[in-house]
Amino acid sequence: MTNFLDTKGMNCPLPILKTKKAIKDLTAGETITVESTDPGSVKDFEAFCRSTGNELLESSEANGVYSYIIKKSA
Amino acid sequence: MSSDGSNNKKMSIIVTKGTLDWAYPPFILATTAASMDVDVTLFFTFYGLQLLKKDLDHLQISTLGNPAMEMPMMGMHMQMPNIVSAIPGVDAMATKMMKNMIKKKGVASIPELREAALELDVKLIGCQMTMDLFEWDQSMMIDGIEVGGAATYMEQALQADINLYI
Repeated sequence: MTNFLDTKGMNCPLPILKTKKAIKDLTAGETITVESTDPGSVKDFEAFCRSTGNELLESSEANGVYSYIIKKSA
Repeated sequence: MSSDGSNNKKMSIIVTKGTLDWAYPPFILATTAASMDVDVTLFFTFYGLQLLKKDLDHLQISTLGNPAMEMPMMGMHMQMPNIVSAIPGVDAMATKMMKNMIKKKGVASIPELREAALELDVKLIGCQMTMDLFEWDQSMMIDGIEVGGAATYMEQALQADINLYI
């Protein structure tokens, strides 16, 4: 449960592309934490999860860093 | 709908432009859609075919016909008058500035996005007619592409939920 992906400094669409790649290596039910500095990533991660069926467990922001916890769907 | 690519959605894009700036929309949309489990086909025709060449260093931007182009310069945003594009070296300079900005802002490069497209199994089709017209050889192009004509594209487009022309 210590899957972590740092996409800080990357711009659209790299955080999504890297996240997709990372999720591929997870087994269903596993979670991953993704960090981004792209303000557009808030809506993008919501849309990405809605469209792919993966679950966005948490979305938060602190000091310009956006954090997402995503659970891989079955 | 699941992350194993079974949402059965399809998208196709006709890619017609071969400049550095216009290379972005098709590759950004294609890689993002593929990441969202969409089955994507890109059809490269006319100048768009440049984007399938092995080496992409030759892609440039032009200030000509683009009055909306602004460049950050000396702390402000300077508009590039159309007329300056007639001066030799201006396109090369503008391209260099754009590439620097791209790097500084963490925007992916075109080779990087194309690599991601291949990894995500985006189908890349080069236009046979354009290759004949410009006398290009398939050895100039990257591996992993198909070459076909309008009917090859249409077969994909007819099955697609989204068809774009860029």
